[in-house]
Amino acid sequence: MSEALVEVRDLVKHFPIRKGIIFTKQVGAVQAVDGVSFDVMRGETLGLVGESGCGKSTTARLMTKLIEPTSGSMKWEGREIAGLSRREMVPLRREMQMIFQDPYSSLNPRKTVGTIIAEPFKIHGIGDDGPQRKKQVQELMERVGLNPEHYNRLPHEFSGGQRQRIGVARAIALKPKLIVADEPVSALDVSIQAQVLNLLRELQRDLGLTIVFIAHDLSVVKHMCDRIAVMYLGKVVELASSEELYSHPRHPYTGALLSAVPVPDPRLARQKQRQVLGGDVPSPTNPPNACRFHTRCPKFVEGHCNVEEPQLDKKGGGGGLAACHYPLSDDEVARRVPTAAA
Amino acid sequence: MSTGASETLLESEQAPGAEVPGEIAARSPRELFWRRLKRDKVALVALGIVLAMVAMAIFAPLIVKLFGLPDPNIQNDDLLGDFGEPTGPTSAHWFGVDERGRDVASRVIYGARGSLEVAFIATFLSVTIGTVVGMIAGYYRGWADTALSRVMDLFLAFPVLVLAVGLGVACADGCLGGVIQPGLNVVIFVITLTTWPYIARIMRGQVLSLREREFVEASRSLGAPDRRIIFREILPNLVAPIVVYSTVLIPQNILYEAALSFLGVGVDPSKPSWGAMISDATSIFEDAWWFMTFPGLALLITVLAFNIVGDGLQDALNPRTSR
Ligand SMILES: Nc1ncnc2c1ncn2[C@@H]1O[C@H](COP(=O)(O)OP(=O)(O)OP(=O)(O)O)[C@@H](O)[C@H]1O
Ligand SMILES: [Mg+2]
Repeated sequence: MSEALVEVRDLVKHFPIRKGIIFTKQVGAVQAVDGVSFDVMRGETLGLVGESGCGKSTTARLMTKLIEPTSGSMKWEGREIAGLSRREMVPLRREMQMIFQDPYSSLNPRKTVGTIIAEPFKIHGIGDDGPQRKKQVQELMERVGLNPEHYNRLPHEFSGGQRQRIGVARAIALKPKLIVADEPVSALDVSIQAQVLNLLRELQRDLGLTIVFIAHDLSVVKHMCDRIAVMYLGKVVELASSEELYSHPRHPYTGALLSAVPVPDPRLARQKQRQVLGGDVPSPTNPPNACRFHTRCPKFVEGHCNVEEPQLDKKGGGGGLAACHYPLSDDEVARRVPTAAA
Repeated sequence: MSTGASETLLESEQAPGAEVPGEIAARSPRELFWRRLKRDKVALVALGIVLAMVAMAIFAPLIVKLFGLPDPNIQNDDLLGDFGEPTGPTSAHWFGVDERGRDVASRVIYGARGSLEVAFIATFLSVTIGTVVGMIAGYYRGWADTALSRVMDLFLAFPVLVLAVGLGVACADGCLGGVIQPGLNVVIFVITLTTWPYIARIMRGQVLSLREREFVEASRSLGAPDRRIIFREILPNLVAPIVVYSTVLIPQNILYEAALSFLGVGVDPSKPSWGAMISDATSIFEDAWWFMTFPGLALLITVLAFNIVGDGLQDALNPRTSR
């Protein structure tokens, strides 16, 4: 359980910004992911949370090797895979799969559901076309709660939730070890979200999957994840177990995110002084110095936060990590964070 | 709230939309396409004309026999007037007789062959080349795209008519080591050479946006090789634009062929073509209006019909542009 499946170290992805048509020159870079380190343990669900544009999808695409990192290391079962070529990656592709955010864009509109789900088998040359494969595909459809009779239908004949199930069936077809789910439910209605989340949890239990679950707010991930990493502008600012993060957030940014989580008990909610973040997220092209959150941080200290970069390490009593010089105290947490135990 | 609901909603798993879409939304794009096309009566009439023209081209010898018309190349001096002048429409020769005693109706029917053959082959070649080049440029981007885009620019910068007339003269006895035979092949070559870059540009743009779609990324994350992604994921999504642009190109190429034949490029007297007939007719238009009018009308009707069908297809394939 506690053995690491993936070890990510100082992973960096900068997208160069070029100018010119024939003679191009680089005029800057979008620092989408800028030195991220974490482990993904076997069998766990790791949440990756942060506002839009903080680099979650980029991290997901780096982890599934859809893009190459600018620098840094990534180990899969102890083996370095950051520099592997596309060909060398092919056998590993069976073991890591991705579920995409947009169920309308992630399925080819010109292919039947049967063809889409059979794709993994075809690409990896498993079995041959025929009744055997059709049966396999229909079993998968049933597994994810789709009617196997709908084998010959096109994606547009399904609802968003059903389409996402098709994406899930495609992802689990080869029995991968890791699934990276990039905001798998954020395009769905709230009622449908719960169904798809349940499906993922069920599959994880039955297939022993390891899941990296990406979300843009903390409300969805609580029941899904064992541990949660909070990202801000290309950096991980806090990494802790779910309970600890919800009850004792250390980073002011996590505190602010939790302030935005809807709370079932309105009386409890009113007692807290909600902390609303001011200002916009700075541009990842030109992020603030040192602590990237200092421009919006309620606990900002001039001459420290904007000069010395805080490291991601242990803060407070629990096992969680936070990158902050002035982590929230228990008292502050109790006053401000609605999810904290009263 | 959403997470709170996650425990309770398991029972309703199958319920939403499991059968309902079968009744309401389950129309395939093809069905929708036919429904929309069927509503467009003008396009249907035009489609009928197009099919008739195609049939006329294919079955020209049969049709000519059926109506008892003479062969298009038979020069019959008996049909000319007393002073050897072309004669106008009669019940035996509906479209009249040209200055060499050939039946104009028969030549117009055979002319559909020359015009449509050139237009279809040239369209097929330009669309094929354009699609392949466009897919490579759009999919691989980088230096391949830069190089191919510059090549397209280069071809688009050709002075088309000068090139055509020049090639027509230079290839009068065949050129490129016999690959380009004289006659209509020269016309096909010139049209293809100058038309494919338009298609390539359009396809490049389509592929640039398609390759960013998540289903392409999904295929890549499954380990699919580029070849598979290009042909199995991207190409099926290019079918609609290919159909639309082909129907736009065909009438354009019919006119192109007429213009080139008019200028004398690749004219083969044994193969009548509308453009060549109009060209022949210009010098005697004062005396024999029928010689120019009938091939001209055939050209006009065919091009118009193709254009209307093209519009109809475009509307039917792309519902947002209609109404
Ligand atoms: N291919 C690319 N080229 C250039 N910039 C990119 C590219 N992909 C992402 N970016 C930039 O990198 C930053 C991080 O993007 P990313 O998609 O990882 O964010 P995200 O956290 O997934 O956001 P969202 O919640 O909106 O999906 C953004 O500023 C984005 O504009
Ligand atoms: Mg994203």
